[in-house]
Amino acid sequence: MSGKSKLIQRYTAGDRVNHALLALAFILAGLTGLAFLHPSMFWLSSLFGGGQWTQFLHPLFGVLMFVFFFVAMVKFWKYNLLTGNDFRWLGRLGDVMKNREENLPPVGKYNPGQKLLFWSLVLAMPLLLVSGIALWQPWFAPMFPIGAVRVAGVVHVLSALVLFLGMIVHIYSALFWIKGSTRAMTRGTVTDAWARKHHPLWHREMTSGEKH
Amino acid sequence: MTMQSQDVVKRSATTRPSPSVRHGVEVAKLIDTSTCIGCKACQVACAEWNDLKEEIGDHVGIYENPLDLTANTWTLMRFAEVEPEEYEFDWLIRKDGCLHCGDPGCLQACPAPGAIVKHANGIVDFVSENCVGCGYCIAGCPFDIPRRSAKDNRVYKCTLCSDRVAVGLEPICVKTCPTGCISFGSKEQMKARAQERVGHLKARGYANAGVYDPEGVGGTHVMYVLKHADQPELYEGLPKDPKIATSVALWSGLKPFTAGLMGLAALGAFVHYFAVGPNEVEDEEEETGKTRAAPPASKED
Ligand code: SF4
Ligand code: SF4
Repeated sequence: MSGKSKLIQRYTAGDRVNHALLALAFILAGLTGLAFLHPSMFWLSSLFGGGQWTQFLHPLFGVLMFVFFFVAMVKFWKYNLLTGNDFRWLGRLGDVMKNREENLPPVGKYNPGQKLLFWSLVLAMPLLLVSGIALWQPWFAPMFPIGAVRVAGVVHVLSALVLFLGMIVHIYSALFWIKGSTRAMTRGTVTDAWARKHHPLWHREMTSGEKH
Repeated sequence: MTMQSQDVVKRSATTRPSPSVRHGVEVAKLIDTSTCIGCKACQVACAEWNDLKEEIGDHVGIYENPLDLTANTWTLMRFAEVEPEEYEFDWLIRKDGCLHCGDPGCLQACPAPGAIVKHANGIVDFVSENCVGCGYCIAGCPFDIPRRSAKDNRVYKCTLCSDRVAVGLEPICVKTCPTGCISFGSKEQMKARAQERVGHLKARGYANAGVYDPEGVGGTHVMYVLKHADQPELYEGLPKDPKIATSVALWSGLKPFTAGLMGLAALGAFVHYFAVGPNEVEDEEEETGKTRAAPPASKED
């Protein structure tokens, strides 16, 4: 039987809107943040109307990013709990990298790579928020002792690193590597074949009861 | 403002050399706290020359006025009643303000290109039009000097009258001081003068007299002569062994490292795309509804 036209629902309209807002907030917070990360990227501040605007906007984008992430986290944490099977999958990263999913233990709605990404965000986002508040001029930084602001600077850089590394993997996988993924977040559905190939246990769950 | 006639030896968030063909003499201001009478002429002169006006505050019964440095008060007389030793009393007066560090923590922390410069003559200057108002310099300074202005979201501090010094004049506080306790000249001259003053103080019985020119921040271009150089904290919290905090060094040091790792990760993705290629659902999988090999747990077929 042809699976060509069959589609499986992966995300609701609410999930998609929240994810799109999260992505937008990440891009804006990311670009404004990169401007202050290294002189070679300071020119990015021009995109936002100069350094003064960038300094004003960055924390606001950051807070929005945290809010949208929080919404997603509340909904999706339960799908991201690691199982014993996941560690076997992680032990075969070579096959993962080489697109040989036939050698991998079957995964459910999310593969262990996606789960680890999720948990790295659960770590990085609150750290970014708290350290960001301590650095936030003019409203909050003056309430913190200088020693705390300094530590916040270190924490902000390190957690931004975790976030960016995660996002590079995430964006590469979703947009370039695993073809057919993008439509899950743009239209909410994936093809039957895609689900069977990349998330066989989830596919089974979604199609159980149906005849093949 | 930076001036064409001034060389810049350090510039915030800048990775290529700044103009530096000239040969500048390092300057320094020497403040002999032992001859300061606390008249605040320098504090007033600073406001006058730099056209600053502090808000009228409240008198709270102590000499410090205002109570702290602000974006409008770049130098402040601080008064401390202390007991350097038991049953001994001293009233110490210190003119607080930027020390113009050899290795400025403010500049190291600043993420805005050219918002803070260090001139070849040693003056550390904030270039307000480049300042983004992030306040990182406030955290970077080991002496708690820079202050943000709510009016224009920029940070200010003593310029060592870089505008006057650039045209061969002494800073306005030096010119105004009625007791001659502030002097200005080359760093070498000022060090020699400081030693002379320390000699006098020692002869008068201040065995611990000394110069405050802390090594930890690469020396400073504003130095103090202190009667109790062994306990600089007595002077309203002058740090004993100031240096750029490890956390500040780590914070600014991690930034290029972080940017580099991000670049490497992106490069890794790029290489993966061309070496391994995208993972596509193949036509055959689409047609037959089967993956290349059935996953072990699948009940299909
Ligand atoms: S005293 Fe503070 S503000 Fe002045 S040069 Fe040193 S670090 Fe910068
Ligand atoms: S606030 Fe301080 S650290 Fe931030 S840009 Fe201005 S001078 Fe640089």
